[in-house]
Amino acid sequence: MQEFLAQLAIFVIAAFLGYELISRVPNLLHTPLMSATNAIHGVILVGGMITLSTGTGVPIKIVGFVAVFFGALNVVGGFWVTNRMLGMFRPPVRRVKRREEG
Amino acid sequence: MQAATFLAYLAAAALFVLGIRRLRRPETARSGNTLAAFGMVVAIIATLFVIEFQSLLLIGVATLLGTVVGAVSAQRVQMTAMPQMVAVYNGVGGGAAALIAYSEFYHLQIRGDESLVATITVPLTVLIGSVSFAGSVVAFLKLQELAFAGSVTFPLQQVVNAILFVGILLLAANAALDAAILSFLPPVGSLTAVLVASLVLGVLLVIPIGGADMPIVISLLNAFTGLAAAASGFVLENYILIIGGTIVGASGTILTRLMSSALGRPLRKIIFAGIAASGSGGSEQQEDREVNDVSAEEVGEYLADEAEKVVIVPGYGLAVAQAQQAMRDLVETLESEGKEVLFGIHPVAGRMPGHMNVLLTEVGIPYEKLYDLEDINPEFDDANAAIIVGANDVVNPSAHDPEVESPISGMPVLTVENAEHVIFIKRSLSPGFAGVDNPLFYDTDKTMMLFSDAKQGLQDLNEAVKSS
Repeated sequence: MQEFLAQLAIFVIAAFLGYELISRVPNLLHTPLMSATNAIHGVILVGGMITLSTGTGVPIKIVGFVAVFFGALNVVGGFWVTNRMLGMFRPPVRRVKRREEG
Repeated sequence: MQAATFLAYLAAAALFVLGIRRLRRPETARSGNTLAAFGMVVAIIATLFVIEFQSLLLIGVATLLGTVVGAVSAQRVQMTAMPQMVAVYNGVGGGAAALIAYSEFYHLQIRGDESLVATITVPLTVLIGSVSFAGSVVAFLKLQELAFAGSVTFPLQQVVNAILFVGILLLAANAALDAAILSFLPPVGSLTAVLVASLVLGVLLVIPIGGADMPIVISLLNAFTGLAAAASGFVLENYILIIGGTIVGASGTILTRLMSSALGRPLRKIIFAGIAASGSGGSEQQEDREVNDVSAEEVGEYLADEAEKVVIVPGYGLAVAQAQQAMRDLVETLESEGKEVLFGIHPVAGRMPGHMNVLLTEVGIPYEKLYDLEDINPEFDDANAAIIVGANDVVNPSAHDPEVESPISGMPVLTVENAEHVIFIKRSLSPGFAGVDNPLFYDTDKTMMLFSDAKQGLQDLNEAVKSS
């Protein structure tokens, strides 16, 4: 029970953290941000590894195998496509900061 | 859990947070993504120390397969097709969470473990993960235009969904309470039924939603998968799953709200109404009204001779026609003639917020030229021309006309009507996705209509500017 309460506390704090992190982001970055957070929930791969490791019996091993495959696909595809997207935001030659001037 | 693994998980969580923080500014965004990816590597390596040694081979093979498929697909996908690719990555994440919970339940049954937390969170994870998986697949099929075009509805859809949802809750309770409710259905059978029914629910929830609302749905499903990952963290008592999943669940929810408010559509309306193109009339009787139909040469001459400041408003039509390159060529020509060229990007231009920015920067248009809605609207006041390419709803002044009641009423729009002249490059007079006619089309003094495919129109215009 103690363990669960600690997990619950972390859950609540992480929820507020996620909320605060995203407020006030320019529209320009909404899609890359969605794509990057999409890659971060690929952390489910860790769960797949644990399940595949502890699972017994062929059917459960297959389920675990698919879970790890899915997780790895989520992680690698997610970060890779985000990186490609952001690679297009090349650093400007001269930095025009109109918004700050105005 | 070993202390070293726990500490490594904390480091990974910190890297996720720092990564997201850096993703909030264009200059640091890419390093933020790299930082978060590094956090993922830390989390994976730390996990290797708490798993059974003999399972490493299977894990390695599955990870390698996922890595290859992920890398190849991410490298090869066209940027215009990127939203549906994100949907796929999101869906498999949800699917993984559902499968993990399913197989953990099997364990608990064998061991006779009756942890209250696990019995509640397992069915929950299966439910959320499966809905996210099936919903993402449908979103992919819709955006890829393979199936479920437009809004698929059937009678009593909401009632069916509600009954299905209650049924899933009943089955989930039955699985959790060791078949105390439906004694004929053993717990594992109940959970299998939860999985299948949740997949059906995921499909039913997404099929009535039209293509233009799909980005919001993907963002919502992204938050769902985050929650599913967090719930699976409770099942496995794993901290990095709880932290990583919850951060995505929370931030994804906020992102979804930002997007839906930019569209001027409450989330509730998108999910429960299946409104899609409601086509609220008004466009039929307008057809015989006069418009100022012009040729590319006329527009080119005007731009070359009279316009000093030009604001371009790109819409989804630009992406569909793959006209980004033609757009850049035109911008270069105009700038070489000494014109000032800016872009006004509506929050929902393209298929996702920010998608148009990605498409334009891909062809080398610097992002400082891309202005958000609030920043560009004052610029129209002294602009000579506003060129609207493949967009309509986002520049429709009737959205802020209190006399007109329409699906886009109240949606923030770009005030192109304040520019001296408005030039539409558009294939026809057809109203946009929202089905609302645009009064600007018929303002023959101000507006020039260049009826053309976006790519062809921009190329013609470029030639015309060059030669005049």
